[in-house]
Amino acid sequence: MRSNGAVLIWAAVIAILGFLFIPIVIIIAYAFSAAPIPAWPLVGFTTHWFADTWNDDEVREALLLSLEVAGLSTVVAVLLGTLAAMAVARMRSVGRELVSFVLVLPIALPGILTGMALASYFAFWSLNLSFWTIVAGHITFCTVIVYNNVIARLRRLPRSLSEASADLGGNAFLTFRRVMLPMMASAIGAGALLAFALSFDEVIVTTFTAGAQNTLPLWIFGAIRLGQKLPEVNVVVFAIILFTAIPVLLAQKLIGDSGRLGR
Amino acid sequence: MKATRTWRAALSAFGWRHGVMANISLLGLPAVWFACLYLAAIGAMLVTAFWQVDDLSGNLIPGFSLSNFSVLVSDPIYRIIAVRTVFIAAAVTLADAVLAWPFAYAMVRLAGPKLRAVLMALVLVPLWSSYLARVYAWRLILAHDGVLNWALSAIGIPGVHIGYSNWAMWIVFSYLWLPFMILPIAAALERIPPNLMEASADLGERGLATFRRVILPLALPGMAAGAIFTFSLTLGDFVTPMLVGGTGSDFIGNVVYANVGVTNNIPFAAAYATLPLGVMAVFLLLARRLGAFDAL
Repeated sequence: MRSNGAVLIWAAVIAILGFLFIPIVIIIAYAFSAAPIPAWPLVGFTTHWFADTWNDDEVREALLLSLEVAGLSTVVAVLLGTLAAMAVARMRSVGRELVSFVLVLPIALPGILTGMALASYFAFWSLNLSFWTIVAGHITFCTVIVYNNVIARLRRLPRSLSEASADLGGNAFLTFRRVMLPMMASAIGAGALLAFALSFDEVIVTTFTAGAQNTLPLWIFGAIRLGQKLPEVNVVVFAIILFTAIPVLLAQKLIGDSGRLGR
Repeated sequence: MKATRTWRAALSAFGWRHGVMANISLLGLPAVWFACLYLAAIGAMLVTAFWQVDDLSGNLIPGFSLSNFSVLVSDPIYRIIAVRTVFIAAAVTLADAVLAWPFAYAMVRLAGPKLRAVLMALVLVPLWSSYLARVYAWRLILAHDGVLNWALSAIGIPGVHIGYSNWAMWIVFSYLWLPFMILPIAAALERIPPNLMEASADLGERGLATFRRVILPLALPGMAAGAIFTFSLTLGDFVTPMLVGGTGSDFIGNVVYANVGVTNNIPFAAAYATLPLGVMAVFLLLARRLGAFDAL
């Protein structure tokens, strides 16, 4: 009875893995398709779309903008998210619940709300949309990612460690630098990698906070909608899949704990 | 050097004695950021929802008017779109809950440590790999002469016409958010002590009864946490409806997006966006009662 059930469950697992990965394999295969329009079965093998894409100034500009936005947002998010996590870890029940609830709102509420709220806010102040409005939006949800990772680590660390440091004469700054930071470092690193990956891929909030600028996801979205440059789209998404898999797997190694990588 | 040391020691002693001050100094910067940007932005949205737009100049007209809401209530199209959005978000949540269970269970209870790490990585890679890439892949798969119909005809089954439909949206959303359901369920399962299951077996319960009466209730907070993500992410999307939904598959997000990006009617878009805010408030309260926030 038990083994029959297990066989059924494993069969389901294999089917689900197929469901998860077949689309990814297919989109990777399309990057090498010789046809200028999407056609299945693939009609030939080529790598010349890679050169075309690399030489496309639009793609380069979008890539550069995405890297700048993701880099800056991640730096600020690491600062804000780590501070917030250290504060919440110290707090007592009521304040702690309220603050941790508010902090996860940007990822618990739909992206359209964050985007719409920011669009209203910038319109309210008559601010023109720019690089900085994109970054402001990205910092908001990137902070939550860093916060989630660091708070998960801090919850598992006994408070007695920082108390021991104080007993041995370390002040708060020394304790932070020599005790807390080394223990949080890998969680902060994982949070930073994931925040970068999320920022680099974000499209919903960005459509509301970008003016004339195109981040890479906005460029892809526009190209798919207009049906233009589809072979280049295939190449770009192939590259993105490749390059986001690396930080994510690295982050998993850094965390060394399951179930903490959810957004 | 000496002076800095005493200065730091004094500050840290003060923080030690007055924990609240230490909390404030840590939380200050993030709190100001959140209050001045995120919460203020939500507030601005709620305020502008009652504003108007000058038809000629396109300028915002501050004030208090219910006319945006009266259009939303009186024109049935907005009701249809809202019902479609919420219904599909619920259907996606249900589908993901069903699909996530065997995977999470196998990962936590059946797999050895090595295999479990591999399965975990296999969930995480699609979770974090490009959202647009995955939606676009499904657009190609479900298209009339796409991969799905090619595969079906290869095994002698007539093609299906589900590209650019609500069915397509249901499949694609379920696909996109499945890892968000698997991870919290797996985390909840990990926290159940194995001897509870042994106890249930000792008391004469069989496999399915143990699942229904012991495992399922204990993993409910994890499921509720996953449901927050699957429901909320579907509720607030407009990209997937644009790329794989056809005509007549607009979501709330599409109307909001069109009003901001095309017709530049921010007040109307803000008014419509209060609906998902309200729906999520109810959803989060329900999820909280199921213990979702302890499992996040």
